[in-house]
Amino acid sequence: MESSGAGSLVGDYQYGFHDEERSVFQTRRGLDADVVRQISALKNEPAWMLEFRLKALGLFQGRPMPRWGNTEVLDAIDFDRIIYYVRAMEGQGRTWEEVPEGIKRTFDRLGIPEAERKFLAGVTAQYDSEAVYHSIQAELEQQGVIFLDMDSGLRLHGDLVRQYFGTVIPPNDNKFAALNSAVWSGGSFVYVPPGVQVRVPLQAYFRINTRDMGQFERTLIIADEGSSVHYIEGCTAPIWSSDSLHSAVVELVARKGARIRYTTIQNWSKNVLNLVTKRAVAHEDATVEWVDGNLGSRLTMKYPAIHLVGPRAHGEVLSIAFAGAGQHQDAGAKVIHAAPDTTSSITSKSISKDGGRASYRGLVKVYPGARGARVNVRCDALLLDEDSRSDTWPTMEIGEARAAVGHEATVSKVSEEQLYYLRSRGLTEAEATLMIVNGFIEPFVKELPMEYAVELNRLIALEMEGAVG
Amino acid sequence: MEADRNQQVQGDPILEVRDLRASVGDRAILRGVDLIVRRGEVHAVMGRNGSGKSTLSHVLMGHPAYRVDGGEVRFLGRDLLQMDVTERARAGLFLGFQQPVAVPGVTVTHFLRSVLRSRGRDLPAREFRGILRKAFDELGIADEFAGRSLNDGFSGGERKRLEVLQLRLLRPVLALMDETDSGLDIDALKVVSEGINASIRDGVSVVLVTHYQRILQYVHPHLVHVFLDGRVARSGGPELARVLEERGYDWIDAPQA
Repeated sequence: MESSGAGSLVGDYQYGFHDEERSVFQTRRGLDADVVRQISALKNEPAWMLEFRLKALGLFQGRPMPRWGNTEVLDAIDFDRIIYYVRAMEGQGRTWEEVPEGIKRTFDRLGIPEAERKFLAGVTAQYDSEAVYHSIQAELEQQGVIFLDMDSGLRLHGDLVRQYFGTVIPPNDNKFAALNSAVWSGGSFVYVPPGVQVRVPLQAYFRINTRDMGQFERTLIIADEGSSVHYIEGCTAPIWSSDSLHSAVVELVARKGARIRYTTIQNWSKNVLNLVTKRAVAHEDATVEWVDGNLGSRLTMKYPAIHLVGPRAHGEVLSIAFAGAGQHQDAGAKVIHAAPDTTSSITSKSISKDGGRASYRGLVKVYPGARGARVNVRCDALLLDEDSRSDTWPTMEIGEARAAVGHEATVSKVSEEQLYYLRSRGLTEAEATLMIVNGFIEPFVKELPMEYAVELNRLIALEMEGAVG
Repeated sequence: MEADRNQQVQGDPILEVRDLRASVGDRAILRGVDLIVRRGEVHAVMGRNGSGKSTLSHVLMGHPAYRVDGGEVRFLGRDLLQMDVTERARAGLFLGFQQPVAVPGVTVTHFLRSVLRSRGRDLPAREFRGILRKAFDELGIADEFAGRSLNDGFSGGERKRLEVLQLRLLRPVLALMDETDSGLDIDALKVVSEGINASIRDGVSVVLVTHYQRILQYVHPHLVHVFLDGRVARSGGPELARVLEERGYDWIDAPQA
C-alpha cells in the first residue's frame, strides 16, 4: 500500500466522479414553480403533495439565508446553478470502468464488499444483495412493517404519509427544510405497527428503489405504540455528489412507549454542503436516540432534535464530527422538554485537524411544567494541531425550577504525556495519535453495529494518515 | 556473598551514561551523571525527592519536556540521544512509569495487543489471550481489567501492576523502574517485586529508581548509587542501601574522606 494515495483519496474528494450526462431526465438548472410541478408530475404524485411542494417553494423563496453557522459559505450558494432533480435510469448509469481509480482504492482500503462498491459508485442502482434483502423483507412484511423509499411510500400508503408528512418538521421551519419540502426526492418511509419489535437494523441499502437517493432526501419513520426500530443511514464510503448542495429532512415519530434509534455515518465528498434538518417527536414513555457521525463535506450544519412531548419520554443524541483541512462541521443537538419527568442526554465529540473547524451548537429547552426533567450535556473537543479550531455554543433555556440540568464541556489537545507514554512502549507517533483519537471516539463507536464500527475505525485511520508522521 | 555475585556479572556494558546534563526551562536538573550498567546487572538509584533521579529515567527514555545540555549516552553501543522515543523503546529500553497517564477509551487488551503488533509480535487472538491471562494471574490483576480503559480510574497499585505486566510482556534489554514501590501495600509490593525478579531471571537488566530501600528487600541490586543534586554522589554494593537506611541521606552531604 503506498501511503501517498491515502491522503489524496480521502482528502481531495472534489474530483470524485464525472457524470457524463447520461441521466434520462433532469430538471433544468434553477428553481421555480415549473420545476416543482415537473418533479411532482414525473412522480405521479397526488394533488396534495404538489400543493405541499408549491407552498414550501414560496416559503423557501421568502426566507432569508440564516445569519449564523457559516454565513460565508451559505451566502456563496448559487441556487440558480443547482439541478434539483436528476433521475438516472437502470442500465444507463456509469460503468465500473468509469469509476476513478482513487475511489476504487478507497473502497479497497475500507474493505467494502464488491457488490456494495458498484452500488456506492452508482454503477448499479440497487444494492445487489438479493438474498439478504429478500429474507429481511419477507420477515418485515409478516410483521406488517413498511420499509420503502419515500416515493413508493407516498404511492402505496398515501393516507399514512399524509397523516405525518411535514408534521414534525413543517416546511416553514427553516430555509433548507422549505427547500427540501419543495424538491424532495428519495429517502425512506418506515412504519412499524403497534407492539412490533424490528429485530434487524433497517438499512437504506436494502430498500427496493434507491436510484433517486440524492441531494434532497426525505425520510419519515413512524414507530407506533410500544414498537421499536433501529434505522441506519449512510455508510463510511465516500459519497460523491455532482451537485454540492445536500439538504435532507428526517422526521421521526415515536408514539407512546415506542423506541427509535437512528444511526448515521456519513462521509460526504469534500465539496458538499450538508445542511440537514432532523427532528423527532417522542410521546409518553417513548425513547428516541440519534447516533450521528459526520465526516467529510465542506460544511455540515446539522442539529438532530428531539421534542419530548409526553411524560417520561427519553431522548439521547450521541454525535461525532471530524473536521479536516478546509472543513467546517457545525453540529450539535436540540432537546425540548415539554412534559414532566422527561430525560435527555447529549454527548457530542469533535476532532479537528489540519485547520479544520468543529463547532458544537446546542439548545436545551425546558418548558414550565416539565417538572422532574433531567438533562445532561457533555461536549468534548479534541484538537490535533494548533491551526484547528473548536467552538461551543450551548444554549439553555430553563423555564422550570424543578428540573436538573448538567453541562460539561472540554477542549483538549492530544496530550504530550499520552503520546510519550504510548511511544515509550514502541508505538510510532502516528500509531499513538490514532490510538488516542480512537479512544476519544470510543463512546460513539461502541454504539455502532460491529461492521460499522470496523469501517469507521478504518476511515478514521485513513483520515489520520497525512495528519502525522 | 553479594560481593561474589557482583563480581560474577561482569557482562558487556549495555548502558553507558557519561557526564549527562539536562534541564527543564532554565532549571538544570541533571548536572553530570555517570552510570554504567552491564548485561544482567540490577542497579538501585536512590536519593531524596527532587534529587533528579526520576528525571534521569525520563531523559534516558526521551521525554520531550527535558532538554539535554551535554554528555553522552550509549545504549547497546548506539547513540541513545540521537534516537526518538519509539526507537529507544524498540531498541530494548523500557521505562516503568511512576505515574502512567490514563488513555480513556483504549482498553488494556487493545493497547497491549497493538503494542506487540507494532513491534512485530502479531500473535493470534487465542494465543494472546492466553499469555495475557497468565500475566494477569501472575500479577494479581483481575480479569475485568482486560476490558477497562488504560490506567483510567486505576488506583496507584493497579497502575504499578500494569507497568510490571508490560515489563513482563515486552521483555526489554534494560528496564528503568521509576518509583515502582511507591504507594504499594506490602502484598502488592511482593507481587510487583516478584514480577521484576522474574524479568531479571529472564535476563533483563534493571535500574530501580527509588526513594526508599523497602523494595530492595525483595529485589536485590548488585550496585547502589546515591543521587544528590543531579549527579551520582556515591556508588557501592548492596551494603550502601543499608547504611542509607540507618543514617539517612544526610551523611552523603558530608565530603567523603
